[in-house]
Amino acid sequence: MDGVNDTAEIVKDFLIESLEGLDQVDQDLMDLEREGPDAERIGRIFRCVHTLKGTCGFLGFSVLESVTHVGENLLVELRDGTTAVTPEVVDALLALVDAIRLMLNLIEQTGTDGEPTFQALIARLTALTREHADAHGAAAAAAASMPTSETAEGTHPPIGELMVARGDVTASDVSAALHEQEQSDALLGEILVQRGYTSPAAVREALDVQENNVDIKSSAIADSSIRVDVALLDKLMNLVGELVLARNQLLQSDGRFDAAAHTGTTQRLNLITTELQEGVMKTRMQPIGNVWNKFPRVVRDLAQACGKQVVLEMAGAETELDKTIIEAIKDPLTHIVRNAVDHGVETPIERVRHGKSPEGRLIIRAFHEGGKVNIEIRDDGRGIDPEAIKAKAISMGAVRADAAAQMSDREALHLIFHAGLSTAKTVTNVSGRGVGMDVVRTNIERIGGSLEVSSVVGNGTTLRIKIPLTLAIIPGLIVTTGGSRFVIPQVNLLELVRLEGADAVARIERVYDAPVLRLRGRLLPLITLTEALGVDRHCGKSTDDVTNIVVVQAEGTAFGVIVDAINDTEEIVVKPLSVQLKGIAAFAGATIMGDGRVALILDVHGLAQSRGLLARGDRQAESRVDQRAQEAHSQQLLLVAVDDTHIVAFPLDAIARLEEIRSSQIEWTGSQEVVQYRKRILPVVRLDEMLEGIIPSLGRAESMPLIVYEDSTRSIGFAVQRILDVVAVEMDTVGASGTGMVARTAVIQGRVTDVLDVQSLLATLDGRLPASLDTVHHDEAAHA
Amino acid sequence: MPETTQFCTFRVDDLFLGIDVQRVQEVIRSLEITSVPLAPSSVEGLINLRGQIVTAIDLRRRLGLTSRLSEHEPMHVVVRGDDGAVSLMVDSIEDVIEVDPRDFERVPESIEPSVRDLLAGVYKLDTGLLLALQTDRAVAVTTATI
Repeated sequence: MDGVNDTAEIVKDFLIESLEGLDQVDQDLMDLEREGPDAERIGRIFRCVHTLKGTCGFLGFSVLESVTHVGENLLVELRDGTTAVTPEVVDALLALVDAIRLMLNLIEQTGTDGEPTFQALIARLTALTREHADAHGAAAAAAASMPTSETAEGTHPPIGELMVARGDVTASDVSAALHEQEQSDALLGEILVQRGYTSPAAVREALDVQENNVDIKSSAIADSSIRVDVALLDKLMNLVGELVLARNQLLQSDGRFDAAAHTGTTQRLNLITTELQEGVMKTRMQPIGNVWNKFPRVVRDLAQACGKQVVLEMAGAETELDKTIIEAIKDPLTHIVRNAVDHGVETPIERVRHGKSPEGRLIIRAFHEGGKVNIEIRDDGRGIDPEAIKAKAISMGAVRADAAAQMSDREALHLIFHAGLSTAKTVTNVSGRGVGMDVVRTNIERIGGSLEVSSVVGNGTTLRIKIPLTLAIIPGLIVTTGGSRFVIPQVNLLELVRLEGADAVARIERVYDAPVLRLRGRLLPLITLTEALGVDRHCGKSTDDVTNIVVVQAEGTAFGVIVDAINDTEEIVVKPLSVQLKGIAAFAGATIMGDGRVALILDVHGLAQSRGLLARGDRQAESRVDQRAQEAHSQQLLLVAVDDTHIVAFPLDAIARLEEIRSSQIEWTGSQEVVQYRKRILPVVRLDEMLEGIIPSLGRAESMPLIVYEDSTRSIGFAVQRILDVVAVEMDTVGASGTGMVARTAVIQGRVTDVLDVQSLLATLDGRLPASLDTVHHDEAAHA
Repeated sequence: MPETTQFCTFRVDDLFLGIDVQRVQEVIRSLEITSVPLAPSSVEGLINLRGQIVTAIDLRRRLGLTSRLSEHEPMHVVVRGDDGAVSLMVDSIEDVIEVDPRDFERVPESIEPSVRDLLAGVYKLDTGLLLALQTDRAVAVTTATI
């Protein structure tokens, strides 16, 4: 038995190693094609194929060995310079790589390298090899002209071989069908169906696989393992060591309880846990390049098939993401890239006619920003014509004509994500994008991401994707309703609205029987969570004169959820619901709270759907588009009064939370005012003292609002006199640019307002704040 | 001599029920339960079992019996399933007993069909009848079958 297991283990290693090596070969081959012969690259390709041949010979995969053998022969000649690197040679070698991948996947699934013998490919490779071409010229030429046209294209695995590999038909069926194909013009799939060898559905499926090339059935083995930096593992090991020490301390203190020592240990435990959590998350982080390394090939093949020239540039391949997210964005990204080449970039002739270089450019960029990963896919193609999209949307009944007339170009562009539009083939021809973009958007949003598109007709299209780093631990807002706690994921959160007394009665109105809220001039549909969940409103204590509304969005539709109380934001660990509860659309999962009790995580999307908020057709689609466009164009600002006369604006995205503190809470460390806040020491900076030309007046106030800023290294509370409002201001239309801590000055709501530059504000503070507060070790500082 | 099977036995209302001991992960006293709105009625809620979130099913409601008196504290029989652990809430726990397959009999046809579906059979013991629970069916509560 051991022997069998050993062999299985060796085969597994062989598969993982080979698949990794093939990715590199793909890349090298394309570099060769673009930049001409390079001894080092050829050497690398040769070594990989050679190793592969040796190992599979040893393991007894004879078909694989025979195919790699002819490939190796060709590569030897390339290495020695006796055969030149021509496009045909590269094509053939890429076809070889595909064939090897196909067989490796076969080996993984079935344990053997299968029935397809790849005769056509072998003949093709042999024909290109000079020595053999001389000797067997005639035979090779005959073989190369064999009717397996799919192989000759070199870009996709032949449909026959694919179907054999998938177990749909046998190899003999295929060869019979191929024989018949020689006599007729029929497609191989058609013949197979006519002869009753297989079903139309199976052919369609195989064609899908072929279309998407090999990456759709990428190896499960390669996906099941992960490479981790040894230094990271060492660090984790050290942390676990510390954890054990902390545990020992806790165990020893058992019985004779010493409050001070206990608190110290708990603090250490807290630190260790946080670092351990971060460390373990890091082990799951993979560079996004793992997905991207397939793109050069996809772009090359597709560009060739469409008769286009496309240069692919990629930046930020080292940007890291959780493995599950990498998996989840693989297909949407591939789809977008294919779309860009297929529909975005024009043919060389068309490009030259428009005064562009014949080569189209496709730029993919990834970078971290604000705790999220941004991916940008930009082409310099023909762009999307908003008028064409509008016309299509109207003709399909997705949007009313009068509504379309009022749409901005930006709003119109976002119609490409509309489900109805995407299925129409004609849109593809008119606009360039559309097929399956709604699916792309759904997939991206499912992992908590968002999608933005911008385009200039004639100049190209840019898609921007924002996705979270991880899914396992997410920030969420804890709310209470009907006596139970629920978590609303922060990604769905737009804002919180609190209405008191008469205000609530006045602002919540009804359209027929649906409650709506007037929020900054727009009507926001409302859901009462107790009603939506069918629980009794009055089993929890709720003060009747306050209405708490959590404004959330799903698929771009904003709506308000009325809850009894809003508690706090917390990092929660997402756990799936058991099969008994899977069918409830309103919940995305569950989590365990600090007190050990279970709380349910709301699925905002499901909630909206169950209340019929997403199914209302065009009106929703419009407002969704509208809102997105608005977000992209404008900046959200928090207006605050610093003293009686000065109003300044804080960029909303720089603010973590708003709090209210009392003067009596303020303590001192050295000359710095601080408050204890969420078990940390939060330095308090009085904004009036920081800004020039303002006479400090906050000192006398009994309580004051605190704007909490947080980043990875520090948190600071800015004390102000009053918080006035949140406004959205057009980015590029406001005011004169300012100096120093003021980014610019603008007239907002009829008053002259300084918009603060948070970065320079922080830079000014860097020297002022005590160093110990600038680090994450707030907890330790508290007990120093 | 046929092999005997061990059953973990418990009481629900006046029924004497048992589950193959191999399927039982553990038996615990009542825990704090978070109820799940919109869930099937027999799902009592979710419990935190040492960091694992487990669905608790009230066997009384699953078997169509009257509700448990509030002062009576239920017990959780946590059973292993293909989709993770599920807790079955029962009135009280009895012994683990050995049963002889020769005492096995199929569920009488006269029993209410909804309940009969959940039972694998009946063992005739000296002390009375032991109803063997069809565990997979008992935990197979979905939102569609409310």
